[in-house]
Amino acid sequence: MESLPFVAELIISALLVSGGFFSLVGALGLSRLPDFYARLHGPTKATTLGVGSVVIASMMYFTLKTGEVAIAEVLVTLFLFLTAPVSANILAKAAMHQQVKCMKDTRGQPWSQ
Amino acid sequence: MMTIALYITLALVGVAVLLNVYRLVQGPDAPDRILALDTLYINGIALVILLDLVLGTRLYLEVALLMAVMGFVGTVAMAKYLKRGSVIE
Amino acid sequence: MTAARFGFPQPWLSVALFIVWQFLADGVTGASVVMGLILGIVIPQITRQFWPDSPRMQKPWVLVRYLVVVLYDIVVASVTVTILILSPRQPRSAFVSYPLKLEHPLGITILASTISLTPGTVSADVSDDGTLLLIHALDVDDDAELIRSIHQRYEKPLLEMFR
Repeated sequence: MESLPFVAELIISALLVSGGFFSLVGALGLSRLPDFYARLHGPTKATTLGVGSVVIASMMYFTLKTGEVAIAEVLVTLFLFLTAPVSANILAKAAMHQQVKCMKDTRGQPWSQ
Repeated sequence: MMTIALYITLALVGVAVLLNVYRLVQGPDAPDRILALDTLYINGIALVILLDLVLGTRLYLEVALLMAVMGFVGTVAMAKYLKRGSVIE
Repeated sequence: MTAARFGFPQPWLSVALFIVWQFLADGVTGASVVMGLILGIVIPQITRQFWPDSPRMQKPWVLVRYLVVVLYDIVVASVTVTILILSPRQPRSAFVSYPLKLEHPLGITILASTISLTPGTVSADVSDDGTLLLIHALDVDDDAELIRSIHQRYEKPLLEMFR
């Protein structure tokens, strides 16, 4: 990669690493939380934010490198933020329909579908 | 510095993909597997964007955009199939 | 139907399409402005049948403040969930039924999406009569406290907008 001013490199690097970290946390939550409804939380929040910050880092890099404003990446982030709640919702509905088991000390119950 | 950060990020997302594959293979129920596939395509978008940065082009941006659109449609179609037994009613 | 054939049946949709096309074309040029205008006029006309009534929104400036609050909460939520995922103890999950005061369908959609993106909660279902929202909370001690905080933070501004 070409070198940029030091502050810009610092910000881009921080965004990249935190993006990777959040993606990893989302996947970790997916793999180690005990039941399906709990696993739903990791991907909808952490992974979305992780990819969002990677995309913003890429946007900043290409804007500074070419000198032209690179904004098409915003669409990827926007789309992910719009669709994450929808897919979480429809997956929760499908799980309730399939009567997936929840943890034994969960308070309250899923509705029957 | 930026190059090192880029490769660290690639490693982190790679481990994330492996964990997703673990859930995809392991997942006790069908919704778990769909959720794993959903997370997998989102991490795939991150990998495509990182590939863009490694190669220094913006050629693959459309790939990321299309993955976002098609992945969402796929997740909704599979979840709808589980819930209703058919995708288009 | 024929009366508004050449008008803008969905002004907000037209504006959104125009802006999204500028993003997709990667910057504002003459060509992208023309194409954006064409799309902003043609697509709402074609999809007119899918939109039964245009969403009526009051006080659009409240939406800006709401979006800032939600963006801040998304970052805080991710850190909270991160700490929870990395800590070894078992989370105390709960299904909470949230009594909705909103009646506008678009308002309920925005509220449910916000709940899914913010601290440790995913909205799972809306009851058929649209009065209850089923929320799964990842780690919560007091259900009443959760309901009160959601009402205070998110439903109040939405009630101002959709009436």
